[in-house]
Formats: sequence, C-alpha cells, structure tokens
Amino acid sequence: MPGGRRTRVPLPGGRRTGAPLPLLLPALVGLLFLLLPLLALLLRAPWRDLPDQLTSAQVWQALRLSLLSATAATAVSLVLGVPLAWLLARTEFPGRGLLRALVTLPLVLPPVVGGVALLLALGRNGVVGQWLDEWFGVTLPFTTTGVVLAEAFVAMPFLVISVEGTLRAADPRYEEAAATLGASRFTAFRRVTLPLIAPGVLAGAVLAWARALGEFGATITFAGNFPGRTQTMPLAVYLALQNDPAAAIALSLVLLAVSIAVLAGLRDRWLTAS
Amino acid sequence: MTRMSRRARRRVFAGVGVAAVLVAAGACSSDSDSGSGSGSDDSAKVSGTVTVFAAASLQESFTALGKTFEKRYPGTKVTFNFGGSDSLAAGITGGAPADVFASASPKTMKTVTDAKDAAGTPSTFVRNRLEIAALPGNPDKISSLKDLTKSGLKVVLCAKTVPCGAAAQTALEASGLKLTPVSYEQDVKSALTKVELKEADAAVVYRTDVKAAGDKVEGVEFPESAKAVNDYPIVQLKNAENAAGAKAFIALVKSAEGQKVMSASGFLSP
Repeated sequence: MPGGRRTRVPLPGGRRTGAPLPLLLPALVGLLFLLLPLLALLLRAPWRDLPDQLTSAQVWQALRLSLLSATAATAVSLVLGVPLAWLLARTEFPGRGLLRALVTLPLVLPPVVGGVALLLALGRNGVVGQWLDEWFGVTLPFTTTGVVLAEAFVAMPFLVISVEGTLRAADPRYEEAAATLGASRFTAFRRVTLPLIAPGVLAGAVLAWARALGEFGATITFAGNFPGRTQTMPLAVYLALQNDPAAAIALSLVLLAVSIAVLAGLRDRWLTAS
Repeated sequence: MTRMSRRARRRVFAGVGVAAVLVAAGACSSDSDSGSGSGSDDSAKVSGTVTVFAAASLQESFTALGKTFEKRYPGTKVTFNFGGSDSLAAGITGGAPADVFASASPKTMKTVTDAKDAAGTPSTFVRNRLEIAALPGNPDKISSLKDLTKSGLKVVLCAKTVPCGAAAQTALEASGLKLTPVSYEQDVKSALTKVELKEADAAVVYRTDVKAAGDKVEGVEFPESAKAVNDYPIVQLKNAENAAGAKAFIALVKSAEGQKVMSASGFLSP
C-alpha cells in the first residue's frame, strides 16, 4: 500500500516540493477516505482468534475455490479475449465502435444484472441453456463451471481493454514486415505481435484475475452459494457478516492481503511500465 | 470485498435517506409526543411522517397497511425501509433514525433490544410458516419434505444464517432428514427467484412468499413446518422522532383490521 507517502508528497521531477493548500487538503482527505476503511479493517480484526478463523475448513475451501475459479476465468478470458482485442484493434468493419462499447458494458453493468442476464442466457431454462440441457444434459447454474463463467463475464472486458490499448500503441509495421517476409497473418500474430504486446497481456490478465477473485454479484446470482462448489471468498464474507462479523473480518483480511499481493506484483511490470 | 461492503452501505444509505426525509418532516411534528403515553386512540395527536423499518417478507402487507394508516390519519405519511432483518437491525443500532422496527425473527430483534434502542418490550404480531415452493403444476410430484431428498432434484435452501434457513434446518432436523441443496441462498426472495426462473425444482421458503409469487410457483405444505414457526416481533424505537405515530402504527398492525390484512398475505396470528 502506498500509505507511507502521505507526509512527503513527492512530485515527479522534484521541481517543487510544496503543493498548494487548495490541492493538498482535498488530496489528503481523499487519501484518508480511501485508506481509512482498510485501516479500520486492520484495527478491528480479531487478531487473537485469527488463527482459528483462518484454519477452519470452510475458509480454506472458499479460498481454494476462489483461487481456482479466478485462475480458470482468467484462462477463459485469455483464450477468448486476446483474439477479441486483436479484432477490435487491427481490423476495420462496420459497427466496430458499437461492438467495442458493448464489450466494455460488463465493466459498468451492475454485476447482479450480469448474473440475471447469464441466467436468462445459460440457465437451465435460458435461451441457450435449455438446449445445452436437452442435447448434452449440461446445466451450468449451481456448478463450479457456472462460477468460472460468471467471473469470466465480469473480468474479460478488463483484459480486452488492456490488450486492445497495447495493440493500438504497438507499431503495426513489424507485422507488415513479417508479412512481406512471407509469414501468414496468424504466424505474424503469434511470432511478432504476441511477444510485442506480452506486457499488456500480462497486466490485463492480472487485472482480470483480481477482478474475478473479487466477483460477488454475478456469482451469487448465477451460480448460487454452496460450500466447496460455488461458495467463493466474497460470498463467504457476505454470509458470515450475517451472524459472525468476526469471521467476516477475518475472511476480508485474507482477500485484502491477496489484493495487496497482486498490486505489489504488478508494480514492477505494469505500474512503472505505463 | 468491495462489492458487498458497497451493498451493505447502500442499505444503510437507504436508511439515511429515509432519515433525512424524516428529520425534515418530523421537525414540525415532534412536539406532539409529549403526552402520548396515555391516550392511544387520539387521532388528533398523530401527524407527520412515520418511518418503519420492516423485514422484506412484510413488504406486501405493510405497504397495504401504510395506505390504510395514511387514510385514517390525514396528513400523515408512512415511509418504509424494507430489507433483511439483520441489516435493518444493524442500521438501527448504528444510529439510523426510525420509529418502528418489525423483524422476521426474535434473534434479530434481540440485537436491537440488547443495544437498548427499543422503547418498551417487543411483541409478536404475526407468525410465519414454511412451505415448499415447487414448479407450477408440480411436475416432480413433491408432496412432502422427504420428496425433496430425491436424487436429481435441484433444491435451494436459505443460508442457515438467515431466519428462513434456520427455520428450514429446524424442520429438517425435526423430521430426521438429510437434504443437500444445490445452493444456500442469501435470503428468502432469492431462493424463491431460483424456482420462479425454473433454475431450481423446489425451494423451502415462507408461506407468505409462495402466496406473493402467485402462480409462478406452486405451494406444498408439509407437517414439519409446524415445528419451525417464525415469530415476527414489532417494537417502537427509543430514538423515534414520531413516537405518537409509531404507537398508532403498531396499534393498527395489531388491530383486528391489521391482522386481517396480515392473514390475507398468508401470515398466522400469534
């Protein structure tokens, strides 16, 4: 966390050290506003009971499922999202702007709405789901696959946006050069473009993974809540809050720690690169 | 984590919004509660806004009673904040100003009385019983709690932490049945929704919810539900801005007329 920087206020370039008061005050209030809730979580944490809370079988079950499903959702996002980003960045077709806007829709859509939409599309009685059930006997709600799909739905746009931005910034002349040397378009993508945009893909993947890990609304709406199968950490936190706030705080701490670890991991590769 | 704190916060904000209206409207009426201890049917003293925090399952019946109240005491307004009993109780103990609290379980009411936020002792005004919500036409031929344990049947229950889940657990234990649902839903309405959308084959919910869902689900009564009846307590709150209004509203809920509205929604008399 960048909390320790509050007092020094370093400026890029280091030309002026004193920030004007009308900027400094709201900035500090803003910083406090963002950090205070997290600080409160640390202050009110039941540190003494923490080992017991965190070694309970249900916590590990939820954490394991969270890590597993977020990773699977990221894999789905990579496989589908990178080609989608390429399509949006490198080709011209009518309605591309609209398509780009639609892809980003899950970013602003309330996740619960996303969950309802997923139910209506892929549920047992859904537009596509009823055929999955009839032809293959596959039902997605209440399954771990359902969790992965809900998370991927919410997280994939983060990856697509990140990769698309990197693609636009990358020089297309490398690909053209590869094409003049006889490479097919797909080979050029695989051997030239992909290594070129690797940092962007990685950053997008980490972002998508973190978003998937924190996903709540779409998951509980589409996949339900069953320990070990669909109960991820955020769901466990929410339900623990109903009757055991101490357990909820303990679970929240774990998610906070994981999130900080993700950001710390991103710092070198992503934050400073951009 | 951010998602759910935002959710919880939104609920509290809803309460604060209600409170703002109350403060604005109550400023001119709060002077009327000085002598409200004696006369209960003195309609001249009831005015202003009455703010009621009530369990989500009371939404249909209380909304109707609110209209009756406003008609009986012209110039008054009843503002509701419906939600999960737990979060409402948390809002009240956290200082959200309300006049009346109606909860779906004595346990959540106890949080409020323990925090000394209640004026007087809560009283049970209705009781609610569980029922099985099956798909319309009951294609799976569910006729008892035991039928829910059939393999291949997708059943959803409320989480054990919320009142409807605790009641379902009591009923299952009473009948010695072991039921593995596909999901433990976070509240009774979302359990019912899974059946309404035909994603689940059955859910154990309140009788009143089955009734409110109309023909989107089919209700199946089961005898074990008698062993898991939920009491709904109501109380006037200590920080009530409109004490006279709170008293009058509670009186209406408990009156014969109020009880008729409640039983029409499927509630049982205490």
